[in-house]
Parts: sequence; C-alpha cells; structure tokens
Amino acid sequence: MYLPDFDYYAPDSLSEACETLDRFGAKAKVLSGGTDIISKMKGGLLSPEVLISLKKLEDLKKIEYVSGKGVVIGARATHNDLVNSKILNDKYLSVSEAAHHMASNQIRNIGTVGGNLCNAVPSADLPPILIALGATVKLVGSNGERTMLLEDLFTGPMQTVIAHNEILTEIVIPEQSLTGSTYIKFGLRRSGALAVVGIAVAVTVSQGTIIEAKIAIGAAAPTPMRAREAEEHLRGNMISDELIEEAGLIASKESKPISDIRGSADYRRDLVRVFTRRALHKAINEGHV
Amino acid sequence: MAQVITDQQGIKHYMITINVNGDDYTRVVKANTVLVNVLRDELDLTGTKKGCELGNCGSCTILLEGKPVDSCMILAIEADGRSITTIEGIADSAELDKVQESFINNGAIQCGYCTPGMILSAKALLTRNPHPNEHEVREAIAGNLCRCTGYVNIVKAVLKVAEEPNDKGVISNE
Repeated sequence: MYLPDFDYYAPDSLSEACETLDRFGAKAKVLSGGTDIISKMKGGLLSPEVLISLKKLEDLKKIEYVSGKGVVIGARATHNDLVNSKILNDKYLSVSEAAHHMASNQIRNIGTVGGNLCNAVPSADLPPILIALGATVKLVGSNGERTMLLEDLFTGPMQTVIAHNEILTEIVIPEQSLTGSTYIKFGLRRSGALAVVGIAVAVTVSQGTIIEAKIAIGAAAPTPMRAREAEEHLRGNMISDELIEEAGLIASKESKPISDIRGSADYRRDLVRVFTRRALHKAINEGHV
Repeated sequence: MAQVITDQQGIKHYMITINVNGDDYTRVVKANTVLVNVLRDELDLTGTKKGCELGNCGSCTILLEGKPVDSCMILAIEADGRSITTIEGIADSAELDKVQESFINNGAIQCGYCTPGMILSAKALLTRNPHPNEHEVREAIAGNLCRCTGYVNIVKAVLKVAEEPNDKGVISNE
C-alpha cells in the first residue's frame, strides 16, 4: 500500500507554517501525527499535493496549567501525552481516561489531539469531554488568530470552520469550579473500537443540587452535540434517580443518530439514554473520572 | 530540514538519518516513503512485518524513542533524526531477550507473524512497568492482533517475565 506523490514542508516556526499554507491554499494539508491523514491517503480518500508537517513546532506539544486561564493543551500533544499528563491526571482525569480508551497504544503514541479535532469524525472520543468541559480552541493564520468554543468548530462529518490557511494550535480548558466530569462510550469491542455512542458530562453539584450541567454527545449526530434541553432539565434541581433518568430520556430525544454498520438509529438513541444516565451518576458521585 | 535533491521529473528526494538499533543509517527517501518500507526494503530489517498497513493490526510495531508505534503510519522523513528499535535490536549479541525466551518457553508463537510486534509492545510495557498485572498486559498488546488467536499463551509469556524479580526489586526488598 503506497502513498501518492506529494510535496513536503516542515516549517521551523508557526509563522512560517502559516506562510506555507497561504502559498498552497487548498492544495495543502497540515500533517500532525498523521494517523488519520495517512490512512486516508492510502485509501485514496485524500490526495493533497502538499503536506505541511508541524513536527518542528515543539511548543505545540506542551500541556500546562496557566493560572487564571486554565489547562492549555498544545495541538500536537499525543493521546498518550494526555493519558500521562500529571496536570490532567490531577485536574481532569476524565480527559486522560477518554484519551486512554481510544485506538491502540501504538496509535495513541502517534495521533495528536489537534489532529483528532481537525479530522472531525462524529464518533471521535476527545470532542465530547472537551466540549463538556467548555474547552476553547485557537486557530492561527497569517492574518491573525481567533479563539472559539470547541463546540462551534464542527459543521458536519469531517467538516469544520477551519479555513485552508488556518492551523489549530491549542485547546484551553478554562478555569472553573466543576465538581465532576466523565466520558463513557459504548464500543463493539473493549479496545480499538469506534464509539457507537459516547457521552461526556460535566457537573457542578452543591448540597445535593445540580448547579450546572453540561452534556455532550458523540456519534449520535453529524457533529458532536450538546444536549441542551437535558442540561436545562437538570439545572437547579435536587439530585434524584428520577431526575437523572428523565435527563437521559430528554438527551435521547435531542440526539439525531443515523443507522450504520455499528448500530441502528433506534439503538443509538437508547444508548444515549442509558449512557447519559450512567455518566451523570458517575460524575456526580465520583468527581472527575 | 533534511538535504533535498530534485530529480529530472521534479520529484524531491530527501536525505534522512535515523538511528536504528544503535546504528545511524543515512538514506535518500521520497516524501511519500513510509517508515516500515525503509526498515524492510532499505535496511533489510524484515523482522518488522507488514499486515493491514492502516494502523490496525500492529504487525509493523517498532519502538520510536522507546515508545511502541505503527511504522506503517509514519512517513520516513518524519522520523529523521530519531531513534528506533526493531525486533532485531532487542537481543544482546547471541543471547535472546528474556521476553523472546519466554515466548518460546510458553508456546506463545504460532505462525509468528504478530510475534515481533507483540514482543516490542511487551518490551515497552515491561520497561515502563516491570511487574504489570494481567489487565495491564492485555491492554499493552491490545493493538497487536494475533490471527492464530494465541492470546492466552502470549499473555502468560509476558506475565512470566513480569514475575521474575528484577535486580532493583531485590535491592528494594532488603
């Protein structure tokens, strides 16, 4: 299985990378880890004339905590960097756990968080938990940069608002006072399986009342989505099994799944109900897991 | 950036140097050359196998800076300047590595096609965590498919190595 010919650049700086992107426009693709792009190129689904590698941009690999800003994750951090990051383990173990349950160890050592977001597969495991945690992403181009909520990045399956001359450089999980968050997914195998449905929740609980709740659903709509009505149903109410079950039902009705080889739309809707309930119980009772 | 030579068709070739099993190799590759093909075709290190070539099966597992990766998913030029260990590099001279010995002793090799990748994944795990439990072993080899389905003995072979007290363990127990 061979790759078609393409031209390759490995710029030394972010500004040089942006200039190179400007020069080639839509003919070029950004190469981060490559696990998505190379398999697509091998399968003939993608044939960029130019690949612009980010391998020399070491700054984009950092995961750090910036007081007043939050946890900053460089787009080139690999999935295993997220799994092993002490900062994430301490503050948002849920993100490390979501990364840990993706693909295989070999792929987690190559694939990057930025690549996972830019590839915009509806079943991707990182978007739901990052959306639930209110993460923002920074897009940098030669005309300047913009920051937006991650949930606004996606426009459809494998489609984002990222322009041809923009590079996603970092993800920020803002400073906040959440009490718990988690991502759980249903896959057809325990390892290396895409999510049939993935549910992330983030909650703030005080004295038995849900102050704030965010629910993000993966693999049950053309893009990762928030279950806003279910969130609204939880907000300000006392925790009870009935309340959580109702939130699951509402989230299930909000989801817009399709039928495919991994499961029917009806099955997915029911999974949304069950997994929303389970994820809420987990985040309320166990914290960031 | 690696030195670039442009041929008469206008295709660029890049001079890269990779360290494989302790030795530096300089080779000329195209941008679209995949790392596994350099190892097998240019360096004759055919212990690294090609299976699915899409990052699913793990036959092409190598250690890149000590971490297991699928060498079918990495461009050779992306590995320029980095260190690689292949299955040929884990034994010390004539002596097999203890993971290799354990695979033989526990019947963990059937057709043998997944074995190099399995051993490298196991090796990376044991370097990081000398005494893993069964769950950790299964997780570490989850990206290596054995179509003979010989997983029981493979897990057993890795656990046997993990049972052996290593030197550090003996000292700390005293």
